[in-house]
Amino acid sequence: MMRPAAMLLALSLAFGVASAKEAEPLAEDPAVEERLNRLAEEIRCLVCQNESLAGSRAELANDLRREIRNLIKSGKSDKEIIDYLVQRYGDFVLYRPPVKSTTYLLWGGPFLLLLGGGAALIVYLRRRGAQLKEAPLSDDQHARAARLLEEQGGERS
Amino acid sequence: MGKMRFLLPLAIFLIMAAFLVKGLFLNPREVPSPLIDKPAPSFSLVQLHEPERTLAREDLKGQVWLFNVWASWCVSCREEHPLLVELSRQGLVPIYGLNYKDKREDALGWLAQFGNPYTASVVDRDGRVGIDYGVYGVPETFVVDKNGVIRYKQIGPVTRDALDKKIIPLVKQLQQS
Repeated sequence: MMRPAAMLLALSLAFGVASAKEAEPLAEDPAVEERLNRLAEEIRCLVCQNESLAGSRAELANDLRREIRNLIKSGKSDKEIIDYLVQRYGDFVLYRPPVKSTTYLLWGGPFLLLLGGGAALIVYLRRRGAQLKEAPLSDDQHARAARLLEEQGGERS
Repeated sequence: MGKMRFLLPLAIFLIMAAFLVKGLFLNPREVPSPLIDKPAPSFSLVQLHEPERTLAREDLKGQVWLFNVWASWCVSCREEHPLLVELSRQGLVPIYGLNYKDKREDALGWLAQFGNPYTASVVDRDGRVGIDYGVYGVPETFVVDKNGVIRYKQIGPVTRDALDKKIIPLVKQLQQS
C-alpha cells in the first residue's frame, strides 16, 4: 500500500517541478501581455524567419519581447514600438510591409494583374462574340432537324 | 497580331522566370541593416578584461574601428576568429568586441584558447546593446568611420573574401578621408 502512495508523491513532485518551469514568463499585467501578444503577432522573428515574434522561442525573440514589454510599461504607443524595431532591424521585421515607393509594386502588383487579366478577358469575349455569327441552315438540315424533333416528341408521349 | 498571341505569354513567362531565378540566389538570412550610414548606437559598457572600467562609443570617435559581435557559445565565431587575429596582428584597424550574452569566465577562457584580436571587448550581458545594433545572428561585424557612422555590416562570419574585397579596402578609404 505504501508503494503506490510513494509513487503518487513522486509524480506530484515531478509535476510540481514541471509546472514551476512552465510558468516562467508569468504575466504580471494581463493588459500589457495582451498588447505585447498583439504586437508580437505582427513582428517577424529574425532568427527563425517564418515565425512571428509571438510564436518564436528563440533567445532573441525572448529578449525582444522583454524590450517590447518594457516599452509598453513605459507608456509608448504601438507606433513608437514598431518604429523602435524598424529602426534596428528594418522593414523586414514587419509581416505587413509599409506602403512606400519601393513597395508600390508589391502592394499594387496583384491589382495590376487583375486589371490586365480582366481587360484581356473582355477583349477575348468581344472578339469571340464577333466571330460567332449565326450560320444559316440549309433546307436539308432544316428537314433533318424537324425529323429529329418529331422523333423525340413521339418517344416522350 | 497572330505572332503577338504567342510571344506575349512567352515574354511574361521569361520575365517571371528571371525574377524567380534571381530570387534563388538571394540569401534570406542577410537582412539589409537599416543602420548603414547611420550613427552607431551609443553604448557604455563594462570591459571584459577590466570589469572596473567602462568603454563608451564616444571614446572611439576620431578613428575607424571594427565592432565585432561575438560569444563563446557561437560556433561560427570560431570560423572567423583566426582571420580577426590575423587582422589585428597587421595593426591596420582596431577591433572592438561586443561579447554578446556570454558568461565572463567562458568568454575569457575562449579568448585565452583562440587568441584575443580585440583592443577591448565590452560585455553585453542581457543583449540590449545587441538589439540597438540590430544583431540577430552572431557573429556580426560593423565598420564604423571616424565620425561614428556605421558604413558596413557583415552578417555572419567574416570571410577571407569579405575581408579582402570589402572590409579592408573600405577601412583604408575611410582612414584617408
